[in-house]
Amino acid sequence: MKKTAFLAAALLAGTAIGASAETLRWARAGDSLTLDPHAQNEGPTHTLSHQMYEPLIIRDMTGAFQAALATDWAPKADNPDVWVFNLRQGVTFHDGADFTAEDVVFSINRAKSENSNMKELLNSIVEVRAVDDHTVEFVTDGPNPILPSNLTNLFMMDKGWAEANDSVDVQQVEAGEKTFASSNTNGTGPYKLVSREPDVKTVLTLNEDYWGNDAFPLDVTEIVYTPIQNAATRVAALLSGEVDFIQDVPVQDLNRVAQTDGLVVKTAPQNRVIFFGMNMGADDIENDNVEGKNPLADVRVRRAMSMAINRDAIQQVVMRGQSAPAGMIAPPFVNGWTEEMDSASKTDVDAAKALMEEAGYGDGFSIQLDCPNDRYVNDEAICQAAVGMLAQIGVTVNLDAKPKAQHFPLITNGETDFYMLGWGVPTYDSEYIFNFLVHTRGSDRGSWNGTGYSNPELDEMIVSLSSETDLDKRNATIQAIWDVVQEEQLYIPIHHQVLNWGMAEKVGTEVSPEDDPKFKFFTMN
Amino acid sequence: MADTTPITAPSPAPPSRLRRAWESDLAWSFRHAPVAMASFFVVTLLILGAVLAPLIAPHDPFDPATLNLMNGFTPPGQANAFTGELFLLGTDDQGRDVFSTILYGMRISLFVGFSAVLLAMVLGVTLGLLAGYVGGWTETIIMRIADVQLTFPAILVAMLIFGIAKGITPPEYRNEMAIWVLILAIGLSDWVQFARVVRGATLVEKNKEYIQAARLIGRTPFSIMLRHILPNVLNPVLVIATISLALAIIAEATLSFLGVGAPPTKPSLGTLIRIGQEFMFSGEWWILLFPAATLLALALSINLLGDWLRDALNPRLR
Repeated sequence: MKKTAFLAAALLAGTAIGASAETLRWARAGDSLTLDPHAQNEGPTHTLSHQMYEPLIIRDMTGAFQAALATDWAPKADNPDVWVFNLRQGVTFHDGADFTAEDVVFSINRAKSENSNMKELLNSIVEVRAVDDHTVEFVTDGPNPILPSNLTNLFMMDKGWAEANDSVDVQQVEAGEKTFASSNTNGTGPYKLVSREPDVKTVLTLNEDYWGNDAFPLDVTEIVYTPIQNAATRVAALLSGEVDFIQDVPVQDLNRVAQTDGLVVKTAPQNRVIFFGMNMGADDIENDNVEGKNPLADVRVRRAMSMAINRDAIQQVVMRGQSAPAGMIAPPFVNGWTEEMDSASKTDVDAAKALMEEAGYGDGFSIQLDCPNDRYVNDEAICQAAVGMLAQIGVTVNLDAKPKAQHFPLITNGETDFYMLGWGVPTYDSEYIFNFLVHTRGSDRGSWNGTGYSNPELDEMIVSLSSETDLDKRNATIQAIWDVVQEEQLYIPIHHQVLNWGMAEKVGTEVSPEDDPKFKFFTMN
Repeated sequence: MADTTPITAPSPAPPSRLRRAWESDLAWSFRHAPVAMASFFVVTLLILGAVLAPLIAPHDPFDPATLNLMNGFTPPGQANAFTGELFLLGTDDQGRDVFSTILYGMRISLFVGFSAVLLAMVLGVTLGLLAGYVGGWTETIIMRIADVQLTFPAILVAMLIFGIAKGITPPEYRNEMAIWVLILAIGLSDWVQFARVVRGATLVEKNKEYIQAARLIGRTPFSIMLRHILPNVLNPVLVIATISLALAIIAEATLSFLGVGAPPTKPSLGTLIRIGQEFMFSGEWWILLFPAATLLALALSINLLGDWLRDALNPRLR
């Protein structure tokens, strides 16, 4: 059935072949952090990888599952612990090598390895085995009903290419390592890498041998990607026609862009929440003025800090309405989100002061806030606003804003005491948040948990989620974990982001809630 | 002859210091240069504004606890829609009063400018004197370093120094250190001009008879350089210092504009312009215009004063 539909689509699309070459000039605030597809679990990094590499299952521009390198997948009838994936036939990598089951086994094992930043998504997988050239079995530790949604950003690499180029091990980004795979690509995707100068310019060109050449619009034949950090420069580039598509129109310039002839702004709520993390686990933190103890270890201090943040003011002034104040660190798209928890944040400076007094910090303390300045919408301005709000309860904040390439390693290396982070949830399930942000930092979970928080009981509950098949029971556990996260004020939620894509009229696309344009779906008229 | 006592006119009382200054060549030239007078007036006004900022400014923009984010983006002279508060020159994106922020920002810009020029001057004059008077290897080494540094744009050298300094300062002091690092960076990038001019002048002076005389009576080289040569090479130094001041203020603004200078929570004029340019397209023109106009007025007036000083002190142009 699937095959005939595919053939029909191929025949229909066949008439469109011969469309003229179209270059899409694309800009956003920040660049991809690396080309190694398993080294950084970060939005813009995956977005660039998606053009060149492919996962088994992809989410289309509306967020719905679509077959990519796998044509279909289902748990084995006689054993719910095994997922069977049938792979697409006749797919080749950019260098001409065939895509086979061996490559899937290699890629999944690579993504599960020590240095990988993707392993939290795969820790329920015990074994991956090739049944034949185009069938793969994933053996999980107990049944895992949500396994497919964990695979949408897990890219397939060519085993032979990785071995030949000394890239079997995942690049260690935090250690500043450079590998062949961090600056070269060999995927199965619709676009091939032509040239790349990190933070300056990346050029991709259409892969003529792409398996989906007839199944997707593929109107864009060349992509020129230039990160432009400065908001005014970025919007000027769009207004002047220097670029065709920007992913982050500054909120103050929405009207201006929308009212310009030939340009459109498309808006959608993003599957991403912005929050502050606090290093509560350390005995004494580095960058504060309190000696011998850690003020953030006291939950009253954390609650007071959250109460000092006026989220409505941030929404109205800094974000100009382009955000929704948050009370939990899960976006409304996610299983486990409740309206009650999401409206839990209250601003109350007097109560916050009282809490500080009660915790013994009536005179306040000083601390450093690490903040990115090229990742989230108005990230630095939000941090600056927080500096003023926290000053009202006596917390003196030194703001250090820097590009994300320097900011993120501080979190993954545990070198920051107070930081801003945004988290999108590509699996649409709370487990993803818990695995990365709540579980104790260890070898296979908690890699983005910069709080130093460790609760063995909670860890056990988190681990149990991956093999719980009774959905009601699983949801009850998720709720129980959220209760602890909220009670402990593990993070200070700020808001849910709203996406504003600005583009020339000729560019046709929907806004994906993950903020990850996949250009094979784009039309150009 | 003997009996005729010379009739001397009753000698006038010795003119007061002020009077002498008023009648000096320099003052005369100043009184006949309207541009110089206007510039002097503007510079004085701005410096006074900066120095007296705590008395004049209606708000203290450096105290984050006094800020109300809801005041953000208030247009000049209009009441804020939420809080009803009124601001002379409007507010920026964080609800800071632009007028107060300019006054306080100017303090940083001027402080960094003056200190950096002082550092460059002390360093440049010392090395220039040494190179010119001692000669030989000392001269070669100092002047070759100067030549090499001249091949790089000053702003690049300053950014390099700023980057290194930022790397080695512990993060908790980084914000407080930022201003000192700026001074160091701009000062170190600017000493070459002083050194070259002073060396040239020293080479001319050191062969003059009064220097030879001083040497003959056994004055030490140090004392000769300090007491005899230095006063005679100071005129060009003064001119360079004035023009350097304008350049240093602009260099500070440039660094802060690029985001490597004064932190956004303690903004200088350059930081304010950086913040303001984000709102260039969206109609909040006052956030950019007022700090930019202030920087322009400050740098232009100092430059014009420097030009006038150069002309006034150059005998060949009289």
